[in-house]
Amino acid sequence: MEELAGYGNYIVSSLLTMGGIYAILTLGLNIQWGFTGLFNAGIAGFIAVGAYVFAILTKGPAAEHLGGYDLPLPLGAIAAMIVAAIIAWAIGKICIRLRSDYLAIATIGIAEILRLILKNETWATNGPRGISGVDKAFEWLPRPWGDIAFMVTILLTVLVIYLLLERAWRSPWGRLTTAIRDNEDSARAAGKDVETFRLQSFVIGAAIMGLAGAYLAQVQKFIGPDSTDPTTTTFLAWVMLIAGGSGNNRGAVLGAFLLWTVWSATQIVTGWLPQEIIVFGHPIENVPVRSTYLRIFLIGLVLQIVLQRYSAGILPETRPAVAGKSGKTGLEPGRTT
Amino acid sequence: MWEFVNFYFIPGLVLGCIYALGALGISLTFGILRFANFAHGEIMMLGAYFTFTIMGLTGWHPLVAALPSMALAALLMLYLDRQFFRPFRDSPTIMLVIASFGLMLMIRSAVWVFYGTQSKPLLRGFQRPTQYLDGAIQFPDKHLWIFLTTIVIMLAIWYLLTRTKIGKAMRAVSDSPELAKLTGIPVETVIRATWIVAACSAVAAGVLLAIDSQLDSLMGFKMLLPMFASAILGGIGRPFGAVLGGLVIGVAEELSAYPWIGVEPLLNPAYKTGMAFAIMVVMLIWRPSGLFKGRVF
Repeated sequence: MEELAGYGNYIVSSLLTMGGIYAILTLGLNIQWGFTGLFNAGIAGFIAVGAYVFAILTKGPAAEHLGGYDLPLPLGAIAAMIVAAIIAWAIGKICIRLRSDYLAIATIGIAEILRLILKNETWATNGPRGISGVDKAFEWLPRPWGDIAFMVTILLTVLVIYLLLERAWRSPWGRLTTAIRDNEDSARAAGKDVETFRLQSFVIGAAIMGLAGAYLAQVQKFIGPDSTDPTTTTFLAWVMLIAGGSGNNRGAVLGAFLLWTVWSATQIVTGWLPQEIIVFGHPIENVPVRSTYLRIFLIGLVLQIVLQRYSAGILPETRPAVAGKSGKTGLEPGRTT
Repeated sequence: MWEFVNFYFIPGLVLGCIYALGALGISLTFGILRFANFAHGEIMMLGAYFTFTIMGLTGWHPLVAALPSMALAALLMLYLDRQFFRPFRDSPTIMLVIASFGLMLMIRSAVWVFYGTQSKPLLRGFQRPTQYLDGAIQFPDKHLWIFLTTIVIMLAIWYLLTRTKIGKAMRAVSDSPELAKLTGIPVETVIRATWIVAACSAVAAGVLLAIDSQLDSLMGFKMLLPMFASAILGGIGRPFGAVLGGLVIGVAEELSAYPWIGVEPLLNPAYKTGMAFAIMVVMLIWRPSGLFKGRVF
């Protein structure tokens, strides 16, 4: 019975809750990359902004950092989305007219700068020690029900975002962003304002990532400048989207839950490994820690294999504009310059 | 006055030399292979770890041990190119960016598996600064090695690019790959040569950085932003522009911490990297082609 409760707890609080947060993140990335072909290498930065804004606005008074606004949680989440969107707008305004490489460099840069600010502006963020005791939705419910209600909230959020994105995908807006992604020049020749649509898509995606950050702060009950390894988080979201099928919202959600399950299950397995094993007479120490890093290596390898062999992903993109015919893969935008 | 030179300007030049060596490779690969290589910083870091291992096995000086690590890194880079970059030669370049992004994480996690995440010193002990001009100017010997090594490598690359056949071919491909192919330049050979030059200069930058500070698995990642900023400042595909860009950004980062107004540092030293980012943003707005009329993609 005890064991069963343990499994239940794992499924609710890790697989579905964290999987759901990654699904939100992956859907946000799908707007940017799958819909419009924008490369965002600073996903972790937008998550961090969302998480900090949420934590500062919703927590009760604290001496160590800015805060004490005690706002209702949904308002905190909305503010998290708005701030992430503003940052995305600023960075997009600068480099959306250049090729994707520049956006990639700039997003990785802004993520790093944000991390520096969060780490050094101690008056606002409590510096490297971070903000602990973040308010979590439904905490007042008795023990298992609070977690379950929170999980349901996240899954409902995933559903709502999914439905909105499906609507966007079928709308003229979605058709236009894919047109820009696949052939920027002909979209421009058709009189479309390429920069504006790209910027819109980048900002909407970033706002969704900010929302994922607000949920992440609640799950961890803590947010610090180094509480998530920025490259690994960014990277996981990318692998989830590309493996699931970029340009396909269902693929994005599927990829997120699938990869998160593999990721968290292997984490449990590495915890079981002995401290030291002997390979060909050489003792290898710190086996659990080393295998954690090996896991990151393998996820990188998975990305490379998917990218080269199965670039359409598990659920390839389908084009609503030409119903019945499956379009090109989302990964091969035909931009040549 | 001398305090300014000793504690701000000279360290800025040292940092600038390291950025310059790194940015050179980024600018070359960006110009010739036409993508932003996110794994460049990790090759730097890996080269420094190779050097660390070779030093442990042989007891050589880091600058000597750097030579075999350059060879190792160049071989590895050729292998990585074949495995991860060549399949995308005819695809949109953003695929290469994603592949290099994946490679960045793979190289770093491989280093974590073998060496752990702890940073370690490459050179042990504290070096007393040597005094010049009756003690007015002082800096440790390691800074002198950094300057000299950078100058030697720059001269070698300058010779390669302007005086040898393969170097001229590299510049031709950088200017126009289609035209270069039509004139019979073997593009694949040029690409291999580019990777070798990029890997060697990256290893040099990594080893010099490890000599200046210490060996750290995140050092390549931390260098990525200033190196891209230097390459953009100098103009993509303009290797010597990148060198100047690196020097400017290195000096600018150090000088930003100088108490220009009053006694407080102008900019909190923790935000040094912000200087590189600010310069990059200004260039992207004002002149994406860089100071030396590089390419804009």
